[in-house]
Amino acid sequence: MAVSQQGNLKVWHRFDRKQQWISWAGWLTGTIIFVYCFQLISEKTFWMFVWDAPTQVGDLAYRMIPPTWGYFDKIWKPLWDTINIATLGTLLAIIIAVPIAFIAAANTTPSTKFVRPFALLAIVSSRSINSIIWALLLVAIVGPGLFAGIIAIGLRSVGFIAKLLYEAIEEIDPKQVEAIQATGAGRLQVLTYGIVPQILPAFAGISVYRWDINIRESTVLGLVGAGGIGLQLNASIMELAWSKVSLILIAIIITVIFSEWISAKVRHAII
Amino acid sequence: MNSIIHPPQTWVRQPFIKSKTVRYCIYAGVVLYIILAFNTLEVNWVRVWEGLPRGQKFLAGFTPPDFISRWEEIVDGVLESLWMTVVSTVVGIMISIPVALGAARNIAHPLVYFFCRGIIAVSRSFHEILLAIFFVKFFGFGPFAGFVTLSFATIGFYAKLLTEDIEDTSASQSEAIQATGASWWQWINYGIQPQVMPRMIGLGLYRFDINFRESAIVGVVGGGGIGATLNTAFDRYEFDSAAAILIVIIAIVFLVEYTSGMIRKQVQ
Repeated sequence: MAVSQQGNLKVWHRFDRKQQWISWAGWLTGTIIFVYCFQLISEKTFWMFVWDAPTQVGDLAYRMIPPTWGYFDKIWKPLWDTINIATLGTLLAIIIAVPIAFIAAANTTPSTKFVRPFALLAIVSSRSINSIIWALLLVAIVGPGLFAGIIAIGLRSVGFIAKLLYEAIEEIDPKQVEAIQATGAGRLQVLTYGIVPQILPAFAGISVYRWDINIRESTVLGLVGAGGIGLQLNASIMELAWSKVSLILIAIIITVIFSEWISAKVRHAII
Repeated sequence: MNSIIHPPQTWVRQPFIKSKTVRYCIYAGVVLYIILAFNTLEVNWVRVWEGLPRGQKFLAGFTPPDFISRWEEIVDGVLESLWMTVVSTVVGIMISIPVALGAARNIAHPLVYFFCRGIIAVSRSFHEILLAIFFVKFFGFGPFAGFVTLSFATIGFYAKLLTEDIEDTSASQSEAIQATGASWWQWINYGIQPQVMPRMIGLGLYRFDINFRESAIVGVVGGGGIGATLNTAFDRYEFDSAAAILIVIIAIVFLVEYTSGMIRKQVQ
């Protein structure tokens, strides 16, 4: 507690002198780093274009409103494709991620020294590379279309699901596992009766959460040719049909909010 | 003699979903969906089969990764990404704080509440790439557009999670501050802010980490940073350089994630 004397008055401060200095120094360094970084960005920026932005925004808004409502008939199929990419991609990810998670969790891994690092490396690599970049690679390998999108979403989600799942596995209650072991259960039985029931709610929650993120990601995979509503979006941008673009954006917002609502409901029901 | 013969009993594990009807409905729904989805999938297996050797050649192009011939461009791109990450995280958080206060049910007026929730919903709905396309059109090519994109995307994430934390704060502490006759600012500063501070720092570091990862893709549509370098490498078919860039991204993400994890553990 820091109290300073000002004449006859005692004034309370939240921080004492030393804490104030430390926080002040922290803010100063932070501000210097921020200003320095901004300076570097600003050197690479054509400010003329930036000041021109309000006109650009106005111009674009003029072209985008009103949306071409009639185009709605043509985007049902791509929307369905988008949802399929997200769902099947998530399923694929779950299939790959579950074994990786068991290998990566310190308490279930077959070998801490030899196998676990590989599982962790797989998780980090999958998480670091965005699904757009995965899609970029896969379109070149399997050709443009939904299939590339599904695999891209799957590969990106493996790391996410495996990471959260192995953290859940590491947090299980060891007593229950021991109780199962005490009955003379084999390794597989310990797994199915001691560990799996404990992580099932977390697993369901993680999967639905990732599905909801994947819906959002699959809306843009089409920009690199991997199917879904992004293809339509890219085509409309290319032909400068901005009123179609605004309609697609509205469709995306509705889909994303809807999927978020479903995911929240399901997670609420589980937990 | 009357002996009761018990049938042999076996214990069966409790199912995850208890109601039988709900369980079978869900199973049926899943099967139906998968059939429907696969029917519309239209995988061109011939193309996939033909693509496999091409994919092999493609992957062979990635090895060995070539760090040397494009090293200067890679360093430039990574540094640009880092600046973008720093600036956009800071600006994003500065904008997020008022939005989060406005979107917290226990603080804001209903009208402000719906407005701020709207901002969060829009920012969360659009993927960074979509935002980047528009911001590149508005602000021209280069890191400035990338910085605006990442800042805007930060709002949806940071403000949403901060709002949840503000709504979870203990009401008795903030009432105690109000009871002293504190003004609105004092109430926020002494009643709410100390309660959410650890979470704010943790979220900030987490978002820093995400922003770096996303900065690798805004470049693909012209937003500057390492993504621009990566895209150029792809376009020029210099896959060995592209592999080097991907490895550099993975390494830096790993480093940032590790340090931010350490700091978060200290704070929380």
